[in-house]
Parts: sequence; C-alpha cells; structure tokens
Amino acid sequence: MKQVVEELARRRANARLGGGEKRIDAQHKRGKLTARERIELLLDDKSFEEYGMYVEHRCTDFGMAETKIPGDGVITGWGTINGRTVYIFAKDFTVFGGSLSEAHAQKIMKIQDMALRSRAPVIGLFDAGGARIQEGVAALGGYGEVFLRNVISSGVIPQISVIMGPCAGGDVYSPAMTDFIFMVKDTSYMFVTGPDVVKTVTNEEVTAEELGGASIHTTRSSIADHAYDNDVECLLQMRRLMDFLPSNNQSGVPVVPTEDRFDRSEPSLDTLIPDNPNKPYDIKELILKVADEGDFFEIQQAYARNIVTGFGRIEGHTVGFVANQPMVLAGVLDSDASRKAARFVRFCDCFNIPIITFVDVPGFLPGTAQEYGGLIKHGAKLLFAFAEATVPKVTLITRKAYGGAYDVMSSKHIRGDVNYAWPTAEIAVMGPKGAAEILYRSELGNPEKLAARVKEYQDRFANPFVAAERGYIDEVIMPRNTRTRIARALNMLRSKTVESPWKKHDNIPL
Amino acid sequence: MFTKILIANRGEIACRVIKTARKMGIKTVAVYSDADIDALHKEMADEAVHIGPAPAAQSYLLIDKVIAAAKETGAEAVHPGYGFLSENPAFAEALAAAGIAFIGPNIEAIRAMGDKIESKKFAAKAKVSTVPGDLGVIKDAADAVKIADKIGYPVMIKASAGGGGKGMRIARSASEVEQGFNSSKSEAKSSFGDDRVFIEKFIENPRHIEIQVLGDKHGSVVHLFERECSIQRRNQKVIEEAPSPFLDAATREAMGAQAVALAQAVNYESAGTVEFIVDQDRNFYFLEMNTRLQVEHPVTELITGVDLVEQMIRVAAGEPLPFNQSQLGITGWALESRVYAEDPVRNFLPSIGRLVRYRPPAEGTQGGLTVRNDTGVYEGGEISIYYDPMIAKLVTHGPTRDAAIGEMSRALDAFYIDGIRHNIPFLSAIMQHPRWRSGALSTGFIAEEFPDGFAPRGPEGAELETLACVAAAIDHLSNERRRRISGQMQGDPVRFTDLRVVELGKERVALRVSGTLGEPVTVSFGAGNGSARSVTAVSDWWPGDPVWHGTLGGDAISVQVRPILNGVELTYAGIVVPVRVYTEREAELAALMPEKKLADTSKTLRCPMPGLVRAIDVIVGQEVKVGETLCTVEAMKMENILRAERDATVKSIKAKPGDSLAVDAVIMEFV
Repeated sequence: MKQVVEELARRRANARLGGGEKRIDAQHKRGKLTARERIELLLDDKSFEEYGMYVEHRCTDFGMAETKIPGDGVITGWGTINGRTVYIFAKDFTVFGGSLSEAHAQKIMKIQDMALRSRAPVIGLFDAGGARIQEGVAALGGYGEVFLRNVISSGVIPQISVIMGPCAGGDVYSPAMTDFIFMVKDTSYMFVTGPDVVKTVTNEEVTAEELGGASIHTTRSSIADHAYDNDVECLLQMRRLMDFLPSNNQSGVPVVPTEDRFDRSEPSLDTLIPDNPNKPYDIKELILKVADEGDFFEIQQAYARNIVTGFGRIEGHTVGFVANQPMVLAGVLDSDASRKAARFVRFCDCFNIPIITFVDVPGFLPGTAQEYGGLIKHGAKLLFAFAEATVPKVTLITRKAYGGAYDVMSSKHIRGDVNYAWPTAEIAVMGPKGAAEILYRSELGNPEKLAARVKEYQDRFANPFVAAERGYIDEVIMPRNTRTRIARALNMLRSKTVESPWKKHDNIPL
Repeated sequence: MFTKILIANRGEIACRVIKTARKMGIKTVAVYSDADIDALHKEMADEAVHIGPAPAAQSYLLIDKVIAAAKETGAEAVHPGYGFLSENPAFAEALAAAGIAFIGPNIEAIRAMGDKIESKKFAAKAKVSTVPGDLGVIKDAADAVKIADKIGYPVMIKASAGGGGKGMRIARSASEVEQGFNSSKSEAKSSFGDDRVFIEKFIENPRHIEIQVLGDKHGSVVHLFERECSIQRRNQKVIEEAPSPFLDAATREAMGAQAVALAQAVNYESAGTVEFIVDQDRNFYFLEMNTRLQVEHPVTELITGVDLVEQMIRVAAGEPLPFNQSQLGITGWALESRVYAEDPVRNFLPSIGRLVRYRPPAEGTQGGLTVRNDTGVYEGGEISIYYDPMIAKLVTHGPTRDAAIGEMSRALDAFYIDGIRHNIPFLSAIMQHPRWRSGALSTGFIAEEFPDGFAPRGPEGAELETLACVAAAIDHLSNERRRRISGQMQGDPVRFTDLRVVELGKERVALRVSGTLGEPVTVSFGAGNGSARSVTAVSDWWPGDPVWHGTLGGDAISVQVRPILNGVELTYAGIVVPVRVYTEREAELAALMPEKKLADTSKTLRCPMPGLVRAIDVIVGQEVKVGETLCTVEAMKMENILRAERDATVKSIKAKPGDSLAVDAVIMEFV
C-alpha cells in the first residue's frame, strides 16, 4: 500500500513541475507567473482541486509520442473565491507552449460541462501558442467543442477570460464568447492572425503589441474590458470582480454585509450640477457617492468613455450602473457607447443584476462618420437591451435627457420601473436653442426675438415637471437623498416578476 | 448696540463675523458675487444681497454697491473683514457720509498707517523703534562707510528706485560697503536709470512678530500680546502662533508698550496689528500697522479668551473696553495652519475646482485641547479662480506649545479634502520638522528647510509599523467582511492564513493579524524571531470612510485612507504612501513582477473628440506643468478643458481658436 501511495506522490510532484524548472524560470523572466501560481493567487488558500493532472496527449506524429508531459499544457479543476465555487482552467505555457491538443481540449470541456451542471462560473486563464500543429484537425475539433460549450453556458453561468500571455488564432474565439475579457499590459496580446501572416498577406508591418496588445483592445477594439499592470494585480482584481457576480442565472446576486447605511445623505450632490449648463461634471462622483462604500468595479473604463458602466452594491446587493459621462463628449450617445452599454445591460439582465441608470445625455452624435458606421443599428442595440431587460430598473435623470436618447436611456416607456429626476433635469426633444430655431425659423434674422423664444422654450421644458405631469417621471427627488431613494426602490423591486411571451429567442439588431 | 450689520466680505472671514454677530443677537447681511451664489457666507447670513459679477473689482471692491446693499437692508454698521475694502479710507468715508457705522478704526488712522512714510513718522513720534538707516541720498563711498559705521553692521545698501532685489547689497564691513556701494550704484543705474542708493540696517534671520492691539472710543488702548508669523512662503504667512516661542517677558512688555503707544498716537479705536521684525538678539523694529482684523487673529483669541470680532463690534457701537491691560493674560499656546488650495508638490501652483470631499476635523475642546476650524467652504462647494485660495484656517490650542503642535498634527491628519490639490501634507511635514518643534525660526524657514520644494516622504522607523498596523487592520476588516458573502459552500468554512506582508511603497513589514469582525484587531510583529510584540488596533472605521480614527496600543491616531487598486493610499504626518497587504505567498509572487516603466506619454496633444477650438492657453516654447490648461475645445456645446498630462515644453501649435477639429487631430506637439 505504502508503495502505491508513494507512487501517487511522485506522479503528482512530477505533474506539478509542468515543463520543468528551466521553463518556469523563463516564464518568470518574461514577467509572468506560471499557471499554478496564478491559480494560487486567484483561489482561496488551499481550495484548489485539480482534475486531469495525468492527462497526456495521444498524438504519435512528428515524434510526439516521445514527448509527453502530464497535464498536457492546461491545468483544470475547481476551487473557491471567498468560499464560492468557481471552475478554472489555466493554460500552462511551460508545457508545449500551452498549445491545444485534443486531450487538452477535452480537459477544458470537462470543466465547462461540470461548471454548467453545477451552475458555477468558469474562469479561463490564457497564455498559449494556439493549436498544437502536430495534431492537425484533432485540435481544430477540440476548439469547436470548447466554443460550443461557451455558447451553451452563455447566460447561464458567468464566464470570464483572462489573457495573460499570447492568445492567437483559434484560441481567441473562446474568450470572445465569454462575458468578460481582461488582459495584462505588456505581456499579453490577442489576434486572429499574427504579425507574420499580416506581413505576408497585406504587406503591413506591425508588432504584436500594436496588433493586439492590451492598449489596443481596451481603447480601440473594445475586445478587452480592462487591462492590469501585472499578473498579481490582475488576479487579485478578479477575486474582487467575482464578489460582485452571481454564480448563475438563478442564484440571485451575492450579498456582502455592510454598515454603509441605505439612508446616507450626501448634501454635496445638491451642487453637483454646475450652474452653467455647458459645464461638464464627473458622473463618477455620483456613482461613488451612491454605491456602498464608494466601491465601483468599472467595465470598459478606457473605451467609449462618454458612457460609464460597472458594478457596485446597494445595501450589500450587487447592482449594475450605466451612466452618461458629461466629462467626455458631453455624454453623447455614439455607436461605441451604445454597443458598450448594450452589452453590459444584457449581462446584468442575464444574471438578475438590477440596473441603475444615470441620464445626462444631449442626444445621439450627428455626422457622417456615425451614420455610415451604423449608428442607427448600434443605438438600437442599447434601446433593445434596456427594453428587453426584466431586472429591476431604476433610472435617474440628472440634467439633460434630449430627443431619442431620452427614450433609450431606460425611460419609463421601455419598462423603467422607477424613474426619478433631479430638479435640474431637462426632458425635451432637443436643447432650447435648437428647438426655438426650428419652431421660429422666420425669426432667425432677429436675435432679440429669437432669444426670447429660446427663453420661452427653456422655461417651458428645461425642467422635470412637464415629464412628471405626464407620469414619465415618478418623482422629482432631492439630489442629496439619491442613495436613499434608489435603495428603497430596489428593495421594493426585489421580487419583481415579468411575464414575457414565449419566443425561441429575440432578434437583437446585431 | 446695532441690530443688524453687513459684512463686506466673503469666505471664512465673513462666516467668522456672522458667527459672533449671531451669538450677540445681531442680524447679519451678506453680500455676494456671481461666483458666490452657493457660498457658505451667503447661506449663513440672515439676508444676502447680490453685488455683481465674479471679479472682485466688479463686486466686493465696489464701494457704491456695498453701501447700497447696506441701505437697502437697513444695516446700521459694516464689518469689512480683511482685504477688499478693509483698509480703504474712501470706503470708511463713504460709510460715514451715508450715516453707517464702520466697524474699524477712524479714517485718519487708516490713512496714516496706510502710508509708508507717514506711518514711520508717527512711529518715530511715538518712540517706536524702527529699522536704523539713513533715507538720505549718499554722495560717495566714503559717505556710505560713515553712515554704515553709524548704523552698525551688517547693513543693506538698496536702490532708491529699487525692486526685485536689483541693486541690493549686504555689507558686513567697511570694505564691503565701499564695494557694495559702487556695484549697487551701477546696477541701479543700469536697471532703473536712477543711481540713487540708501543704507539701512540689515536684519539677519529676522522673525516676524506682531502685536494685537485693541482700542475704544474712550481713549483706552490695550494690547493682547504677540503672534509670531515667521513661517512664510514668499511673504505669504503659512503658520502662525501665539505666544511667540522667542520672546521673553521684558521684550514682550516693551513691544506691547510701543504698539499701544503707536495706537494711541492715532487715537486707535478698534482691533489692529502692529507688525515688527525681530532679530536673533531680540531687537525689534517696527514694520507697519494693519488697521483691520488680521487673518491670524484666532490664535490671539484662543490664548486670551477675547472674541476680537465681538470687541470690534462693541467699540464701534461706542461701548468701552470691558477690561484693562492688567486683566489680560496668556493662557496656553495656540497655532494656526492656513489650508490653501495649492499643490505643494508642483511648486504650490493654485488648484481650483469642486470640493468632492471636504471633511475637516471635529471642532471643540477635549481634555484641555481645542480644535477650531474657520472656513468658508463646504463639501460640494467650489474653489474659484477669482479669490484667495485659502480653504480654511485650522487652529489648535493646548496648555503648552508641544501640546498644541501635537493636536495640530492630529487635526491635520484628520483633515480630508479631495477634488482639488491642497497643502495639508506640507503643513503636516512642518509640524514634524525638528527645527519648527525647537522654535528656532526665521522668515527664511521654508526657503531654507525646503530649498527644492516639497515632496511627501515615505514612512520611516516606527512609522512603518504604525502604518502597517492601520493597513493590516483595514485589510483584515475588508477580508473578514468579504468572507461573509452569501452563497458560500457548505461545511468547513474556508480558512485564511493570518500571516501578512505589508508593502508600504518599497518597504515591507511582516506581521500576523487576528480578530473577528466588530472586535479590535490584534497585530503582532516579529513572530518569527521570538521577540513577538502585539499591538491592538481599535477603530470603528468601515470601508468607504475617508479617515481611520482609532487607537493603536491605546494611542489615538488618525490616518487618511484612499482606495487604490488592491490596496489603500495612506496619508499621515506628511507621509503619503501606497500600501498593499499581501499574504506571504502573494508577496512572494508580487516580488517576481517586473517594475513597470512609466507609460510612454505621447508627445502630441490630440483632440479627444470632434469639436471647435475655443481657446489655446499656451504659446510655442512655453514650459507647462502637469495639470496646466493647454486649450479648450467645445463639443456638443460643452467646454472641455484639455490639460497637460506631464511636464513638457510646447514645440508647436497646430490649431487656433475657431478651428473645427476631427477626433485625434493634432492640436500641439511637445519637445
């Protein structure tokens, strides 16, 4: 018996070494941690249970039969983050460069299946060289199976991808179908075809960083939701993120005990809106002063900064914030902002996370660039997302709510549950000046008369009461009491139920 | 007594006067400009009158508007505060003409003391000691030596037409006078086209000490001892105290007597201040007299128990002073720190904007220690470009100088401001400074002790453990709470290791932490080497609170807490340090992470949005500091101010006001 136990210990020790000391050192030299170290950081101490430690590939071509390493380039299993179950797979760059073989894919599939069955999130850590070329089509098949499971799990359990090294070719599509992608600056990149292929095909000279580094994907392509300075910073933030996310689409949001009172008053919000309507202010101040403990996990912070999205808590319960940002482009809705917010709203709706929307929007961004780029359809995505969402929706108009953008931003008309406005709100078809110029075109030559018309329009519509009279606004609230009013509304909506007509699925304008 | 007074001022001093008036049962009227529509002084007053646009020259300095406001509201008297119209004889005259009382001295006194020559004459007549010198024009070098010998060395040779240090020479001997006379003369000639020079005694390492006087309309004048204001930056007072750590009883009495004599010479009948410079041998020389309430008056109030504003109002109403000189005394020690909206790290550049957080320390007296905060702002208020950048005057009082300094340090640690840059870390650093603590001051203190400007320091020695304790307690609380999240696995709860490595900047401290939620946290050091010591951290701090108030091993401490990624930034005693609390394993792995080079900041300023250039605020070749405004772009009818992201020099400017720019269009390039 003792001998057998010793054999197990030997095999384990062997497997834990992965690609060996030399490769581990090389990994460290690149500023990266090994897959096992990453798992250690991500999960609660000693909570990791590894499965498939002894799996080896079955390839015999190109001399592969002689080089087998237990684990086959991916470490899989489950553990806990602050006591809550998560499934995990981490590509091991020290073993065949983390490349995907048939056996490697099967390990991931097993984890995906178990996660779906037990309704717990999956986190994938990517640091790999793509498909294992020696395996050919078997690797491609493996990818397909992983993709399918990503899709089936989508909207049932949260799936998070963290890119911590190379991620190219077939490897990119699994992360692309998960809920969030995070990257590590300088050490990670993602692209479908690498610089060499780009050079051959298009003659374009580009570095891996320029083609698919963290700065590209967080600011231009919007592929990644955030990037961190290094592995440690990133993984500790993933622990923080997971504390916001439900385990599955039926579990409800996690609750963290807090002593931050729901009725905390913030008198300084009474002066948040500047006297000059053309002066911007930082909407994040409102989010930080409303959320529990000022704790806000922003999603896509660097992309389409004219809209802010992210997670916070009210009375310990996770909520999603969507807010126009007057500091950037006056908070206008453009294609990028619409897509960014739409995806966030749909994530919240999938997982029963109530949505709090702060509105200060001057409208949609005019111009050929936007129209040619499909603003109509991108704007429609956000409209669709807000309208179809059946989670509790609390909306607050702080200042401008102009034109179609008013309707889009979780208005009463698209099933907003509680719609508040500050006394500074202006709900109108457009700004007073634009409106007067259209209504009184004949007086355009007379600036005095026109100014009077502008004033007239302003007095009539530059307030929340016209909308409140029609019931489009449920209540005009004191800015200082915003947290209290939102907390009470969410409490009241906790058992909200909405019946929707049967459908296979909807057809959001993709 | 008056039933209603108007305060012709704004900010903290207007609020200060309103407080006393309210205490006396007098109604108050505030005046305010466009920039002060939401200001605290306007809110606090019983009535408020709008007097014009934001610039002071179009509002607070307009005599007619202020008088009209007083008439309109039926105010019987006007308190001018300090600055603005407070020392303007025309204002006092206009008030007299309108039959409104001026809460200040008589017009002649204001006029006499407002004039440099005139005030010196009065001073000489009242036998007040002035800086020895000869204002007459000097013929030649021999004449200069003769005069210098008479004055006594060292002397200062100054250009009559001078300014800005040009044509100024210090001479410590006859030969230096000869040399200095000639070079000063030629420099004066070339700089000002006027080669006249004069000689004055040079006061080495002077201290600025001033005497508070108070008179009534019945001929009595008393002094309320001195204030020392030697901690100055470019002639701007930063820290004041009373009494002075330098004066002995005899000097104090002599200075007081001279100040009273000068006040009597001009029939002074209000609160005023006689300023002296004092050399390191306690010789003192008259500088000037301020015929108004001084910014730093609270320190005098705290050591004498006299409400100066109340006495000003009473004497203006004709009441006699309720005390004579023998009834006045000094109790304890008081300090004042001026909290300014300026960035000490960036050469004290003014900082304006919204006070996103403003949490001053609690005011009141406890255990013989007093904290007072005179302010005119509130959380959510705005620091505008139009007025003085002073946010508050933080004043403490204790039985001794050390006690007052200790209390000031704690109060500064608890003073939390966000949204704008401010000088609290600098004030804290001065409080910790050994030379300040020893009282060996001079007006050159800041220039000598901070020759390269100010940078917050990192923690050293015992401070490392202190801050590590606080960080560990904060982290422990956050962890304990997170571990009570709903939806956890059943069965054996997940256990967490209690060994921590606290990373404070580049320093690391190992410790062990324990304690359950809601109970004190115990932090032990040196567990490995057999010399374990434990510290108990008690606090009701909760995540989101800006300041950790509590005790460490029984000692009270306040530390400011700002969340950063995976950690907190702690501010304490002039220290600002990012802190991360790791488990041992996390620390081990974090040590493997390469140090990040600062991100390559672009050498161009690009337009972040399609918009119209409203203004370009810099010129080619200009050096800009980080945070400085570069240009304003209007987009969607909103003004967006683009600021420098780093220190740089403008190489070229590619856009001009009125240009319509596409997104990413280059606006300017930097070297």
